[in-house]
Amino acid sequence: MGKTLYEKIFDKHRVLSSDDTHLIYIDRHLIHEVTSPQAFEGLKINNRQLWRKESIVAVPDHNVPTMSRDEGIKDPVSKIQVDTLNENCQTHNLLQFKMSDERQGIVHVIGPEQGLTLPGMTIVCGDSHTSTHGAFGALAMGIGTSEVEHVMATQCLIQKKLKTFKIQVSGKLHPLVTAKDMALFIIGKIGTAGGTGHAIEFCGNAVETLSMEGRMTLCNMAIEAGARAGLIAVDQITLNYLKNKPFSPKGEMWELAVKEWQTLKSDSDASFDKTIIIDASEIEPQVTWGTSPEMVAGITQSVPKLTDIQISKQPDFQRALKYMDLEENIPLSNISVDKVFIGSCTNSRIEDLREAAKFIKGKKVNSSIKLAMVVPGSGIVKKQAESEGLDKIFIESGFEWREPGCSMCLAMNADRLEDGERCASTSNRNFEGRQGKGGRTHLVSPAMAAAAAVHGHFVDIREIN
Amino acid sequence: MDKFVTLKSLAIPLDRSNIDTDAIIPKQFLKSIKRSGFGPNLFDEWRYLDHGEPGMDNSARPLNYDFVLNKPEYTNASILLVRENFGCGSSREHAPWALLDYGIKAIVAVSFADIFYNNCFKNGILPITLSNNEIDELFKVSSNQKLEIEVDLPNQRINFLNDKFFEFEIDEFKKNSLINGLDEIGLTLERTQEIKNFEQGYYDIYPWLK
Repeated sequence: MGKTLYEKIFDKHRVLSSDDTHLIYIDRHLIHEVTSPQAFEGLKINNRQLWRKESIVAVPDHNVPTMSRDEGIKDPVSKIQVDTLNENCQTHNLLQFKMSDERQGIVHVIGPEQGLTLPGMTIVCGDSHTSTHGAFGALAMGIGTSEVEHVMATQCLIQKKLKTFKIQVSGKLHPLVTAKDMALFIIGKIGTAGGTGHAIEFCGNAVETLSMEGRMTLCNMAIEAGARAGLIAVDQITLNYLKNKPFSPKGEMWELAVKEWQTLKSDSDASFDKTIIIDASEIEPQVTWGTSPEMVAGITQSVPKLTDIQISKQPDFQRALKYMDLEENIPLSNISVDKVFIGSCTNSRIEDLREAAKFIKGKKVNSSIKLAMVVPGSGIVKKQAESEGLDKIFIESGFEWREPGCSMCLAMNADRLEDGERCASTSNRNFEGRQGKGGRTHLVSPAMAAAAAVHGHFVDIREIN
Repeated sequence: MDKFVTLKSLAIPLDRSNIDTDAIIPKQFLKSIKRSGFGPNLFDEWRYLDHGEPGMDNSARPLNYDFVLNKPEYTNASILLVRENFGCGSSREHAPWALLDYGIKAIVAVSFADIFYNNCFKNGILPITLSNNEIDELFKVSSNQKLEIEVDLPNQRINFLNDKFFEFEIDEFKKNSLINGLDEIGLTLERTQEIKNFEQGYYDIYPWLK
């Protein structure tokens, strides 16, 4: 019997096995300022060395300010964390894209952008959205700080094999329906624990026709479906993206690598533990209405009625509506927002900004909106957008154009929602307090966020000319 | 890491599903570069009535007495009882650090998110999964009286109400690590030669990764 893509990558990295526990080798280790300091400290206390410095790439992203960068980090506690990353990188002589480096950005944006993420790799990072890199046919997983330390010291992770879950999206998406909508739709179907214990492989023609940016958005959200990893097979779109990236292999090495990468797909007779098939034409632009990404519906729909919710889930439903200050059964297009955030490791790449700009061009941010901001995923994305004049489109319409970082996705820096504020956000989590205590988050695609900024409430972008 | 063998404590019934790591320890507290000191800010937004920031004197903050952790009978309890998908969201190990620092050593749930589940074992916390019906029964008991649970890891069971018990499944390797308080990095480093041998062959086949 054939193997799935997940099994192929897993087996190639297996150092040793004892029963069903395996030691797997890690190729790339991405680190940032929040989840690495305690790992470095642990190494120091135990007098342990870094196993393979070349595998590590560091970038500060969670805490960095998105404006007035030349003034440095004002929050003293955030500053200590970023300074600690600098010191650790200096001490161990690690590759770091510092805050002042044009290549700095969100860790899951810069890895692929620099060609540091390659097909067939095992990639880890102390960040759950590491699943993003699976878009390249890599096995990429978020880990905790103890495992960060484990990988630093041994270049390996102790792993059990995950189960495999095939999600096939067949047919064609509406041209204005994006990978973000696909991801939210899937989470709405299978739930936030639907992928727990599994590696999800996304396939089907609606996935194959996505750009790399779209594929990254989809795999990024695999963790919101509970899956530690999301994967997509390598094809010509993958290779075209990676060719000539700064750290991609060059010349003969490229040819050699491509030969191997072309085998990175599930065999036709591979069997998965679970499979679902989704019809792409059913997917509308999505808007979350609750406090979990599974609390989501198409823009033509309404907030569900209590009686439509499973009895066991009714207390959570009622708590969510109370927190969100929403009534049951109100149309999603009636919901108005106070702030708009375009950014995060889910949706801050050049294609996301282009999509959003289409709905902003020549228009003004609605007077009811307190703040609309774009936070590009990296300095490189920012530069590209500026060369295309996107910054001007956003600024002229009333958006703020910021410096790259995680920003209001998790509000560790100064960008946040105030108590009771409602936000159209292109990020990935609508948990209570995620974007600021008492803040209310609605997850949407960049185009839907841009349209909400113009209209002051959610609109069906398919109905706008 | 402390060993975990048996544990007897009242179970704190926190009747919610999908409790995410942002709720367990809000992001403003992730700025610390230490592993300890997160306990006073465990479930910060639910536990206190004001907005918490690092550096505040937590003992002077107004408590939300409706929140179960603040009920006097649970002051010294070290077992948490919850529903499905506990620990979903971010991979922050600050979540188990906060639980441990507060004094929680075991969590009983229908299910856990993968990364959180793994992180617990690295810190000597035992996450126990039981069926929906079993968890229902524990919540029912705890709504009428204080529920005392005795966790017996070697025998993989929890005992309650004198003669009742539920058995639970746990991976043998993880169980062994907890019972013996093993240092996993130390264990893996014992295999240094095998890792080096692997590397040698590996970079011959995939030289572009070197």
